[in-house]
Amino acid sequence: MGTQSSLLPDGLVIVVKKECATCQLVEPLLARIKSESGPLTVWTQDDPTFASSVGAVHDSDLAVSWHNNIETVPTLITVRDGRETGRTFGWSREDWRRLTGIDDLGEDLPAMRPGCGSMSVDPDIVDKLRARFTGDTISARHVEFSAAEDEFEAMFARGWTDGLPVVPPTRERVLRMLTGTTRAPAEVVALCPPDLIELTVEKIAINAVMAGCLPEYLPWVIAALEAVCNDTFNMHGVLATTMPVGPVIMCNGPGTRAIGMNSGINVLGQGNRANSTIGRAVQLTVRNVGGGRPGGVDRATHGNPGKVGFCFAEDELSSPFTPLSQWRGIAAGRDAVTVFAGEGPRGMVDQLARTPEELCKSLAESLIPLQHPKLVIGFDAILIISPDHGRIFRDAGWDRERVLAEITRLTTRRGADLVRGMNGMAEGIPPHLRDADLPKFRPGGLFIAYAGGGAGLFSSMIAGWANGSVGSEPVTVTVGS
Amino acid sequence: MGAMTSTTVVLDPTNETRPALRPVLDRPADVKGLTVGLLDISKPRGNVFLDRIEEKLTARGATVVRYAKPTFTKPAPVDLRHEIATHCNVVIEALAD
Repeated sequence: MGTQSSLLPDGLVIVVKKECATCQLVEPLLARIKSESGPLTVWTQDDPTFASSVGAVHDSDLAVSWHNNIETVPTLITVRDGRETGRTFGWSREDWRRLTGIDDLGEDLPAMRPGCGSMSVDPDIVDKLRARFTGDTISARHVEFSAAEDEFEAMFARGWTDGLPVVPPTRERVLRMLTGTTRAPAEVVALCPPDLIELTVEKIAINAVMAGCLPEYLPWVIAALEAVCNDTFNMHGVLATTMPVGPVIMCNGPGTRAIGMNSGINVLGQGNRANSTIGRAVQLTVRNVGGGRPGGVDRATHGNPGKVGFCFAEDELSSPFTPLSQWRGIAAGRDAVTVFAGEGPRGMVDQLARTPEELCKSLAESLIPLQHPKLVIGFDAILIISPDHGRIFRDAGWDRERVLAEITRLTTRRGADLVRGMNGMAEGIPPHLRDADLPKFRPGGLFIAYAGGGAGLFSSMIAGWANGSVGSEPVTVTVGS
Repeated sequence: MGAMTSTTVVLDPTNETRPALRPVLDRPADVKGLTVGLLDISKPRGNVFLDRIEEKLTARGATVVRYAKPTFTKPAPVDLRHEIATHCNVVIEALAD
């Protein structure tokens, strides 16, 4: 780090730029401050000739401004024994008089005048400055593409993409991404399957850049990776299975709205940057860091389009139910992600039901065929209730537990009807379960979420992979900072 | 565009591991006298396949040891891999599908 640049000389320090009207307003005062208040050092950000009468120094590379966190010009700082003892920014007659010790300073000036933005926080150059002055926190290998190489083609050629173009992860972009978290770049978040590689915040940030994330999405990507990279979720198995599943990421909490996630129209579709890129960043990380690639460890027979990335938010504010995360044990109002090994969604139409009993009957009959009509308990599912269907439950005062109880009742069937060979189908449950009454889903195995556009008497279902210790257990974690 | 006049430097998104080349061992010319491990990954009917393989190998003079993964959905546990590696000269893993 440029430690020299971060040290300020004792006395008074003022940072200005000529383009700023407030700086021009205070410029005539500088000579008097210099003569009456002891040592004065003035740095000018733009015009090297500005305030030359007091010997202003040009902060040409903005190092002084960057290292001293100058956000506004003019900024007046008092320094004693190399340490900052006071600071004000913009023109405040009271503050400037107090810090300079000159009781009648700026008698002719207005009492207050706001300053201008410092060049060191100009959005057009702040990323370059961050890369220049804090770059030593990055440890990833640098890869240089030749001048004749198209950078997008180069990334395809190196196998870094999911088949779609990715954003080149330059140092500037990765450092900007890292501003989205308070965690250190070198912190290890998890061991990333299938190769069980130590997964650092930095590597996640690189892949998040490539996926197209904004920095404020990064904590969600990190949380989702924490949730999938463990033996409980079994990301290795989710990759390796021939079944068409991938991690489905369901997001809850006020943060989903703060980062602009979609929980409404086309909630499971394309078009929302946060939904699309958070899920994609998780998959790119597993691919690039963990080494899980189609045709390698990923042996899916068909796969599904959601394996590019599958992430959505619940519409908590208008839901008739408590948020999914709360049902999973997370405190109300906390940001959380729930990961589920799921297939692509399929629709369920019922435009005529007007009572919760009628609607539950349709939902139950539609859920029974998931994976196979005669297979039960071994597969979980997500049921996404739309606003039009949700209204029927709200009007009747049905909460999540009531809906779950009704669907469990309506999907419970006699084992004798489900055993292998019954009804002309070889597939089915083992014969020893013949005498049991069996629900379609195990307790806690049906994940009801509320999301979707305001029009449409449809719901959506996502079938899961083998559940429990032989497959994947859904995992819910809170989102950190 | 600038692509013709300047290079782009990006950060490596991968795990940066470059495993040393590890060639596959030569197949033994004969299994006679060798200990052959048969690893059942625990998919249905894998045992039917492996029973037949065991018959064939035994007839050729091999000593056959049977192993099974707890579940086909997860990698073989480390202890099981170690046991196979220390007890067998050759291993055959039964896949499915």
